[in-house]
Amino acid sequence: MKLLFTIDQYVIAESLEEAYELNQSRRNVILGGIMWLKMGKKRIGKAIDLSALDLHKIEEDEDCFYIGAMCTLRDLEVHPGLKKYFNGIIEKSVESIVGVQFRNGATVGGTVFSRFGFSDVLTVLLALDTYVELYKGGIVSLSDFMDMPRDNDILVKIIIKKDNRKAAYVNQRKSATDLPILACAVSNVGNTWNIVLGSRPAKAQLISLRLSESLNEEQINEIINVVEDKIVLGSNDRGSKEYRSILADVFIRRNIEEILLGGNHED
Amino acid sequence: MKIKLWINEKEFTDDVSPDIALLEWLRSKGFYSIKRGCETSNCGLCTVLLDGKPVLSCSTLAIRANGKYVTTLEGVEKDALEIGGFMADEGSEQCGFCSPGFIMNVIAMKNELTNPTEEEIKKYLVGNLCRCTGYVGQLRAIKNYLKSTKEV
Amino acid sequence: MKVVNKSVRKKDAMSLVTGKPVYTDDITTGSSLIVKLLRSRHAHAIVEEINTERALKLPGIECILTYKDAPQSRFTNAGQSFPEPSPYDRLILDKRLRCVGDPVAIVAGWDEKNIDKALRFIKVKYQVLEPLLDFTKSKDNEVLIHPEEDFKSLVDIGADNNRNLCSSENSEYGDVEEQFKNCTHIIEETYHTQANSQTMMETFRTHTSFDAYGRLNVISSTQVPFHVRRIVSNALEIPKSKIRVIKPRIGGGFGAKQSVVSELYPALVTMKTGKPAKMIYTRKESFTNGSPRHEAQITIRLGSDDDGNIKAIHMYSLWNAGAYGDHGPTTVGLSGHKAMTIYNKVNAFKFDFDVVYSNTMWGGAYRGYGATQGIFALECAVNELATKLNMDPTELRMKNMLTHEQVGNKMPAYYNEVLNSCHLDKCLIKAKEMIDWDNKYPYREVGKDKIRSVGCAVAMQGSGISNVDVGAVEIRLNDDGFYTLMIGATDMGTGCDTILSQMAADILECDLENIVVHGVDTDLSPYDTGSYASSTTYITGMAVVKTCKSMREKILSEGARLLKIPVEKVEFDGKNVFSLEDDKSISLKDIANFSLVGENNYITASESHYSPTSPPPFMAGVVEVEVDKLTGKVDIIDYVAVVDCGTVINPNLSRIQVEGGIMQGIGMALYEDVTHDKKGRLTSSSFLQYKIPSRLDVKDIRVEFESSYEPTGPFGAKSIGEIVINTPSPAIAHAVYNATQVNIRQLPITSEKIVMGMLENKKK
Repeated sequence: MKLLFTIDQYVIAESLEEAYELNQSRRNVILGGIMWLKMGKKRIGKAIDLSALDLHKIEEDEDCFYIGAMCTLRDLEVHPGLKKYFNGIIEKSVESIVGVQFRNGATVGGTVFSRFGFSDVLTVLLALDTYVELYKGGIVSLSDFMDMPRDNDILVKIIIKKDNRKAAYVNQRKSATDLPILACAVSNVGNTWNIVLGSRPAKAQLISLRLSESLNEEQINEIINVVEDKIVLGSNDRGSKEYRSILADVFIRRNIEEILLGGNHED
Repeated sequence: MKIKLWINEKEFTDDVSPDIALLEWLRSKGFYSIKRGCETSNCGLCTVLLDGKPVLSCSTLAIRANGKYVTTLEGVEKDALEIGGFMADEGSEQCGFCSPGFIMNVIAMKNELTNPTEEEIKKYLVGNLCRCTGYVGQLRAIKNYLKSTKEV
Repeated sequence: MKVVNKSVRKKDAMSLVTGKPVYTDDITTGSSLIVKLLRSRHAHAIVEEINTERALKLPGIECILTYKDAPQSRFTNAGQSFPEPSPYDRLILDKRLRCVGDPVAIVAGWDEKNIDKALRFIKVKYQVLEPLLDFTKSKDNEVLIHPEEDFKSLVDIGADNNRNLCSSENSEYGDVEEQFKNCTHIIEETYHTQANSQTMMETFRTHTSFDAYGRLNVISSTQVPFHVRRIVSNALEIPKSKIRVIKPRIGGGFGAKQSVVSELYPALVTMKTGKPAKMIYTRKESFTNGSPRHEAQITIRLGSDDDGNIKAIHMYSLWNAGAYGDHGPTTVGLSGHKAMTIYNKVNAFKFDFDVVYSNTMWGGAYRGYGATQGIFALECAVNELATKLNMDPTELRMKNMLTHEQVGNKMPAYYNEVLNSCHLDKCLIKAKEMIDWDNKYPYREVGKDKIRSVGCAVAMQGSGISNVDVGAVEIRLNDDGFYTLMIGATDMGTGCDTILSQMAADILECDLENIVVHGVDTDLSPYDTGSYASSTTYITGMAVVKTCKSMREKILSEGARLLKIPVEKVEFDGKNVFSLEDDKSISLKDIANFSLVGENNYITASESHYSPTSPPPFMAGVVEVEVDKLTGKVDIIDYVAVVDCGTVINPNLSRIQVEGGIMQGIGMALYEDVTHDKKGRLTSSSFLQYKIPSRLDVKDIRVEFESSYEPTGPFGAKSIGEIVINTPSPAIAHAVYNATQVNIRQLPITSEKIVMGMLENKKK
């Protein structure tokens, strides 16, 4: 059996401009790792490959990580710099995704651009100070990007600010490498607490609250109430809305507790 | 489209359709060790090494292997015999259909991790499904294999 | 025993681990037509018109076959001995479509892209009918699944297609109602087991072609080559003599391949076109139209006195056959007979069942074959009874279940067979020791929000189908004295080629390497019903023993003849036939080589075996789980299994069977679930949605054997392949109860059900 989708023509783009031009046709598609694309039956005119555009590097300076769109999830997982930051939640966000071979194929660009509801990665990146760099659209915050309609722009890189925030991540799956029933990331920087719920099952959503650096029981309850109010949960085969709501409560608490117990960005 | 690549150190050139998966293309060249077990990138049966890294050949376009080095089980017979021998000593190859992809990933793990713990072994190999063995026999085999490589 | 009871490597192991081309798709690499199916989108419909004109014009399309082209004799896909107990209720292509995915047309061509296009180009006008998707409403529903007049069952199984009944039966031993009057504790509950997919790693696949003699050759990944020959003959209306079936290495079966699934479509294409054809099921097709475990709803009444003496058991199994009756009438029987028999001391048993049709995917055989469903229900009920009695459930079992003390007793719920061997008591005692039951039962708090608890279950199965299964074996002595062992039993990765060779080597007193063994070819292999019903070790094994003993006799007499000594005065030690009186002797090598020349006799032997009994193997399974009190998440910490399968022929291969079966059982218990939407379309049609356990899902599985000696089995052996899937579901349900006081009676045991159950309990 061949692939379910078909490709008429394969173009290895020589510049982002060329890729962008090609991507303006509805029949043409930018290829990430094709892990998810291959499950559809799309008939693709031109498949646009970004491999030659030097987008497969993770770079860091004093302020930021710069992650090229063609980096794989495995690159994220094993990068020594990223491992050290944010309590290692970036590694934690990818380690349950199918297996090493899958993560050697799946790209960061494909994952982020597709804004999949079940994405662990987006759940975690949203809890961090993350931006996406779009070829035409420029640099926008990830949370804004999540709400933008899907267009024909090209995601070039992801930028994560090193703002020393503390973070924690938990999720629950039916089995170890299934998609999550619910994923929850929490981060804290100064007085700001960021709560993200992913696999709602809709795409991940972020709520930011200004409280205080250490939280009492009352404030934790307040956070949970706000989240319950503002983040809509739903039902699918993996869990009902009611169950997700129970998990959300537990996960938010557990993440906050972990952060309060001193989870920090650097060892 | 024209591609040139190396399979098990041997150069191959071909004119391929852009939508053929590396898996089907390799089988069409006689590398029958590679098996397809699903359509959803979930089972690991089709694992090959691409420039040394384990990938799912079902989810890799043949065209993307252009200019790269592909390793299949046929190219690492010595390792296959060695690792496979430990599996056979546990009976943990069973139906054998997942063994080639599994052994390819064991080879990748061996190259990437030094002295992996039991948990690290499981984590690295988790993308390789097996329905016969319940995995514990495979784990015994891999531990024995890793132990033997240390003794040398 | 020199080779038997040794953990030798499988004979094909090194080919498999080095990736040699030995499976169906690897050995049929010549050019052949690619065969695909247009499948119904509707759960219930009639094909009114079908237009293939446009599709046929596409390049490389060889043929498109519809119901108009298919033979009109009904048959069953179930791979069972003739007369099959499953009703003759299907055609290769039918006008009436009974579930989503039922085939509408067969497309064959040379180019996959054009075939896919052709599938889109076929125009079908459907008369869409109201689907009957809820099997609990099937019986006597006005929607009929099989209204056809030529519906037929060869055996009286209580089928009535005008009531949607595939099979039904009532049976009673003793007076159940009378016994319940004396019970002070009665459990009455309904349990539900979901459909499960076998998900062997190699999907269904078949290659067909004509050979030099004009006969249809079928190379297929099957467990039942001889049944395939009959079913292909029935379905295509051609004589069996025109069909040859070959089974190469196969990538797992677990019962899925005890049905004809992929065989008939390429076979029909080859018949029509004369050309080789190949069909490889996608994983999705294997899920949507494979042959999964039957969904079941089992109601139990179980009663005991104050001391925990179980007096009566009444089981009613409602069974979802789905669209067709394959294996429906037979799987259901095991849900009662192979569950209740465990509690053989009980005074009265009653067992009723209905197997009903519905517009869902048809079921088939899956490891455990109905016993799994019944044992889940009954073992859960027994655990619930223990709670009610405030008694340790292992004590309740020791009091009531079969033990070594009952050897020699009749088993009324098991067709009055006599128990010849049983170490179930030893199994349970050992399993308790291994997990430290007395210190861990029922639970311990371990850290914040976490509880560790234990749960237990026992199980039995059979060894072959008594008075039905037949295994024949042939052995040949070749040049230089090596043997060819011809068997019709199908190695599906389980290692039967090897263990049967081990038995042969023991009897013939030779090295294992001296026995050459073959995959199955119906033209060459002796008849065997096939590898299912836990029959191979026990039935075919006994045929090997008989055949090899006969071979020894023949070697002796040929040796004696060559030595010119009366046969009573010689002996054979595996290497030489020698005189018992002087030092005359002749080597096996010489006997063999002489046998191929001139006036001497070529030596072959062949015997067949059947068994009037089906001795049960037994096992105890004990699990330790960790439950998160807030999320309901269950982690399997440890699974301990102790098995009595009689003499263990190859400890490694037996252990792997146990470990693998337990893992499948854990998947069934916790998340494997065949689900469909409101229109009857399967929603669990990939490994993305239908999760099978990965190596991170279970911490450890530990296996030991407590072997009894089965006098009717080869070397004292019973079966192992199926029983191993039966304990996880009830044991895990029990452990979950011990941690949370929530009884999950509907599989799978999801974290959500557990949490919701705990919330319910709080409200009370």
